[in-house]
Amino acid sequence: MSTFVLLTITGLGLGAMYFLIASGLSLIYGLMGVLNFAHGAFLTVGAYIAWFADSHFTAIHSVTLRFVLAALCGLAAGAVFAALVELVLIRPLYLRHIEQVLVTVGLSLATVALIQGIWGNDSRLYALPNWTSQTTHVLGASIPNDRWIEIAAAVLLLAGLLAFLRYTRYGLIIRAGVENRAMVTALGIDVRRAFTLVFAIGGFAAALAGVLSGVYFSSVDPGRGTSLLIFAFIVVVIGGLGSIVGSAAAAVIVGLLQQYANYYASSGLGDLSVVLLLAIVLLIRPGGLSGRAAT
Amino acid sequence: MARLAVAAGVVLALAFMPEYGFGLGKVFDGSLDSPGVLQLLAICLVFAGLALTYDLLFGFTGLLSFGHALYFAVGVYVCDIAITRWHWSFWTAVAFTAAVGLVLPVVLGSVSLRVGGIAFAMVTLAFAQAGAILVQKNPRRWTGGEEGLGYDFERVPQTFVGILNTKHLYWLALGYAALVGVVAWWATRSSPGHVWQAIRENERRVEVLGLRPFPYKLLAFVLGSFLATLGGIVYMLCVGGASPDVTTASFTLALLVMVVIGGTGTLWGPLLGGALYTYLDRRLGDVGGSHAIHQLPGVLRVPLSQPLFLLGVLFILIVFFLPGGIAGLATRGRAGGRALRRLEAALRPARGGA
Repeated sequence: MSTFVLLTITGLGLGAMYFLIASGLSLIYGLMGVLNFAHGAFLTVGAYIAWFADSHFTAIHSVTLRFVLAALCGLAAGAVFAALVELVLIRPLYLRHIEQVLVTVGLSLATVALIQGIWGNDSRLYALPNWTSQTTHVLGASIPNDRWIEIAAAVLLLAGLLAFLRYTRYGLIIRAGVENRAMVTALGIDVRRAFTLVFAIGGFAAALAGVLSGVYFSSVDPGRGTSLLIFAFIVVVIGGLGSIVGSAAAAVIVGLLQQYANYYASSGLGDLSVVLLLAIVLLIRPGGLSGRAAT
Repeated sequence: MARLAVAAGVVLALAFMPEYGFGLGKVFDGSLDSPGVLQLLAICLVFAGLALTYDLLFGFTGLLSFGHALYFAVGVYVCDIAITRWHWSFWTAVAFTAAVGLVLPVVLGSVSLRVGGIAFAMVTLAFAQAGAILVQKNPRRWTGGEEGLGYDFERVPQTFVGILNTKHLYWLALGYAALVGVVAWWATRSSPGHVWQAIRENERRVEVLGLRPFPYKLLAFVLGSFLATLGGIVYMLCVGGASPDVTTASFTLALLVMVVIGGTGTLWGPLLGGALYTYLDRRLGDVGGSHAIHQLPGVLRVPLSQPLFLLGVLFILIVFFLPGGIAGLATRGRAGGRALRRLEAALRPARGGA
């Protein structure tokens, strides 16, 4: 029982990270039709900036405060980097989807290589507050505390995003744009400003996932973004491109399935079963769980 | 006909490469007949052919696959495992690998081609990822996991083993690139080849004309994948075994970069792009470690010593400023010349009349 609880919470924590990456990917694809391969780069940049800031805020003695400030730096860096990418690289190629995908591919290669050049190939350790590595007892299981942070962050982001999309003017424009971009443009609304905003939100969420992955693995390495990105892609496609709630549901399913299969069947099988799940979902419901056609 | 003669001439000139005893200054690290240079050239040629097999899918048929690495890896790993772990004879292993390279894309292709566009890209990515995980997992210690698997050199024809025989590997790689070139030339000019290009331009219209796109797409998928598997066997011989980096998603992305740099939907563009990318990837690393770069300030030194950074930036620049890649540049030059001549021809009577 206690193992099951631990696996469930860990799976939810993993799913939370997938959701943080997938939400941005899904919004960007839904609104702009861009499959963003640079999303992993946003994640890696955020995680590295947080690590870098943390190792330079030596004047602050409280480890927790230092870490929170550093994490905020990382999140800001992710959002700004993503917004700049949209403005400089994506916008000039407006409506040329294949070229936009290619540019994000080139950007992800270049960014990862640059980070390797600056900070080296080896992983960098995060200096974390002590309480993150301690455990809490729930239903007889000892749960590492960092899992709660991940789950809480994902739930807060999901609630925040849904509220933003539902109750603000920009949220309305984004929802309308996902539904029918041509119509929004025809009504005289400059949908391109929403593009930058969506990229910034995606970069913020990806950087958050990066920092949290740093907490989860207590280190960060240049390949982190790429390895998480593949699973985030799978989550987005299973959930249905453009649907935030679909992504959240798919992230939970994928995270749990991966943990259970890795433990109860054999290590490595979890990843394979996620791939299999994707193939099955796409063949039965080509539009993903939320049912939008992904073409 | 003239183009055919040029292509034959290039192949012939390349075939005599191991006989050239001179170097090309800083371009290579030694004279052209030295084993190190010949091995680099052999790998360049394998990737030239491989990039062209990817172009059959992406450039000619419009199928954006993110799993092409899988079929190359099948060639590398199945052949290596059959020789080294199962102790099969070399030719049996090659025949078996070719059979796998034919059956696997038929099965996976008919599954993944049921969806199109981005979904197709994701399914192929997922299948390739499954292959990568399988290699990492190292079942029964067959694949060697992260360390890879060196081949058993006693079971490989001796003409491909040893430093002195590097030129044979080079000829093998050249033969592979030429084979892919000929097959791709023939296939894209055949009647299915025309349907591929029609599907790329407008799949709906092909359906309206009464053709079913599915068998044609499957044919392109199987042909490209099968040729990639053959390339995997050649690559395995060239580098002396298998390593897991050929299974990764980044490897497929590198193929995409090669094709786009060379020029999508052309024959010699990807050949050139594949060779150029591989050359730059290997050589820029050496240049980055050189003395001249070390003396630069950090702001310049760090980016310049990362080949993938430079290639990524080059790739973005090509997408922005040179759509059509290197091949597109040549075509545009030719078309520009033609347009200029036409303009002159149009102006001449006007001048005479005035």
